[in-house]
Amino acid sequence: MTTTAQFLPAPPLFSPVAHNWKLAILAGLVVSAVAIVLFPAKLSLGVAGAMAALIAAAFTVNAYRRRYYGGLLVAPAIAVLFVMNIFPLLWSLGLSFFAYQSNNQSIRFVGLNNYIKVLTNDIAAPANWDALINTGMFVVFTVALQMITGFLLAMLFAKQFPLRKYLLILVLTPMMLSVVASGVFFSYYYDPTFGILSYVMGEITGNQFILMDNKLGAVAGIVFTDAWMWAPFVMLLVLAGLVSVPKYLYEAAAIDRVSKPRQFWTITFPYIRGLLMLALLFRTIEAFKLYDLVYILIRGGQDTKTIAYLITEIANEQNKTSEGAALSYVILFMVIVLTNLYLYLANRRNKGA
Amino acid sequence: MATLAEKFGLRKASGVGEAGWGHTLIVALVSLIYFLPVLMIIFTAFKPSAQALSVPPTLSPTSLFGLIPDQFVFTPTLENFGQVFNRVMVSGSAAEPTGFDVFFFNSFFISSVSVLLALVIGTLASYGFSRYPLKGNDTYLFIILTTRMLPAIVVIIPIILMFRTVGLSGSYLGIIMLYTAFNLAFTIWMMKSFFDELSYDVEDAARIDGSSEIKVFMKICLPQVVAGLAATFVFGLILTWNEFLFALLLTGVDTRTVPVAMNQAVSSGGRGTDWTLLASIETLFLIPVFLVTFFLQNHLLRGVTFGTVKR
Repeated sequence: MTTTAQFLPAPPLFSPVAHNWKLAILAGLVVSAVAIVLFPAKLSLGVAGAMAALIAAAFTVNAYRRRYYGGLLVAPAIAVLFVMNIFPLLWSLGLSFFAYQSNNQSIRFVGLNNYIKVLTNDIAAPANWDALINTGMFVVFTVALQMITGFLLAMLFAKQFPLRKYLLILVLTPMMLSVVASGVFFSYYYDPTFGILSYVMGEITGNQFILMDNKLGAVAGIVFTDAWMWAPFVMLLVLAGLVSVPKYLYEAAAIDRVSKPRQFWTITFPYIRGLLMLALLFRTIEAFKLYDLVYILIRGGQDTKTIAYLITEIANEQNKTSEGAALSYVILFMVIVLTNLYLYLANRRNKGA
Repeated sequence: MATLAEKFGLRKASGVGEAGWGHTLIVALVSLIYFLPVLMIIFTAFKPSAQALSVPPTLSPTSLFGLIPDQFVFTPTLENFGQVFNRVMVSGSAAEPTGFDVFFFNSFFISSVSVLLALVIGTLASYGFSRYPLKGNDTYLFIILTTRMLPAIVVIIPIILMFRTVGLSGSYLGIIMLYTAFNLAFTIWMMKSFFDELSYDVEDAARIDGSSEIKVFMKICLPQVVAGLAATFVFGLILTWNEFLFALLLTGVDTRTVPVAMNQAVSSGGRGTDWTLLASIETLFLIPVFLVTFFLQNHLLRGVTFGTVKR
């Protein structure tokens, strides 16, 4: 389908056709240079901006006339992402090789030292490993719980029944809450004195119940809150898959007396596989960044600090920007390996099916 | 209004089975339990401050004709909602406006513009990735995904420096562009998976009939992914609406959004959390996303449009 048409010859440099991007670049550079020499800074910045727009327009016309639709469609997204995300990412990658503190002007090249520091020979290193293990644990538990809950909820809503619309919105509401509010309120529900959980448990056991006074309880509390908030996300994606299965497939299967579990694996599952994958991918990525709930619910106590928590602490409170950046690139590496593994498995399954 | 998609018979019977009131009962029970923590927040918004932290916790605004013991019942009040907009900031002085009307407008303006912008740019891009794969298509897609992988705190420092240099910090334009980028990764991946599911046959038939590429996109592909657009819009809106860290560090006094203002309002004064105030801000803040989701829900559930003609 990518017919990058060859029938449009490149125009000579000075021919004033709209798709002559080389001329646009040349004109842009000349005009901008003149503007910088002649006009004050503000005005010349405006002129340079206008020239950039001109060049972009020439590229657009060129791509359109050559039927290079792929590039044309993708370019705006890549441009926005480059300026707002990729460029800052590269910047912080660069920072991770320097000794730089955000409260201090001095900057010094230290090579891989920051990485060595966060991984091995620093006093903080054992804490980093602990946080790494904690993060892994949170990723496994929260994502598993979200996927299971979300999937079961989606199964409940996959049929048409009275009041479905009104009940669905109730289940979707948790993810609409601001994390600040839901976190603070869950810390109230878990509160040993005022919380409803402690009240109920107290009535049953007769003792005061403190959920967060050990690591297991603290982890359970955080996992539960996070899974509660984001299971609806998984549910919506799975539901979109479930409702798209054509009915006649089930009817045909019923005639052939195919068992329900087999119907699920052979008919339903292929329809929701892609969306399950997407849900898994995005929830895993988000779970790796778990920070706010750990902070709001327990301030990182009971040995629950995650990597994102540690990075925030290092970069924000201790102002060790470059060390924080180094640590986060270690994480990035792990997430990239993991997502590649996911995508590889998903693709292999797709080809096998 | 028969779109081209309908003319080609793309909307067929769905796989949605019918179930009766019995099923409704089960789902209602599950949904209500799931909704309970939210309901408690909403109830707290109506509690008088004195009853916000009572032991045992007050659970209901009415005794339901004596069904619920009096110790669990609170007396509902609307006072807290007034406090959101006008409040005594310094004890002893008169109540003054808190500026929350502006913060609500900011949240509304910034989220809706950036999510729509991301939806337009992202849908175009995902269509490109799906239909006109570039050289190294998967690499581009993966790089786009990578932009969501790092904790926000890591990207934020370069962004702050960058915004300061070009004078974008504290402006609407800066935060809108940032949120647009922030939403793009998800929008592209999501919409691509919807476009990938569509059958190429109908498009090719339309091309042979002389439809332009633009017409194929607008009249055949887009109508089939309405469910995907609705879902993406809802997810994007929810994430942007509640975003905290970027808003905290990159918005000024005029452009501050509600999550940041909420955090400040609730934790200021050093008297611990102001529960009723937090609950009433959150309740008000919930209403717009709740309504948008509710009205887009039909599209979400009419998901049948998506994947009807499976490749």
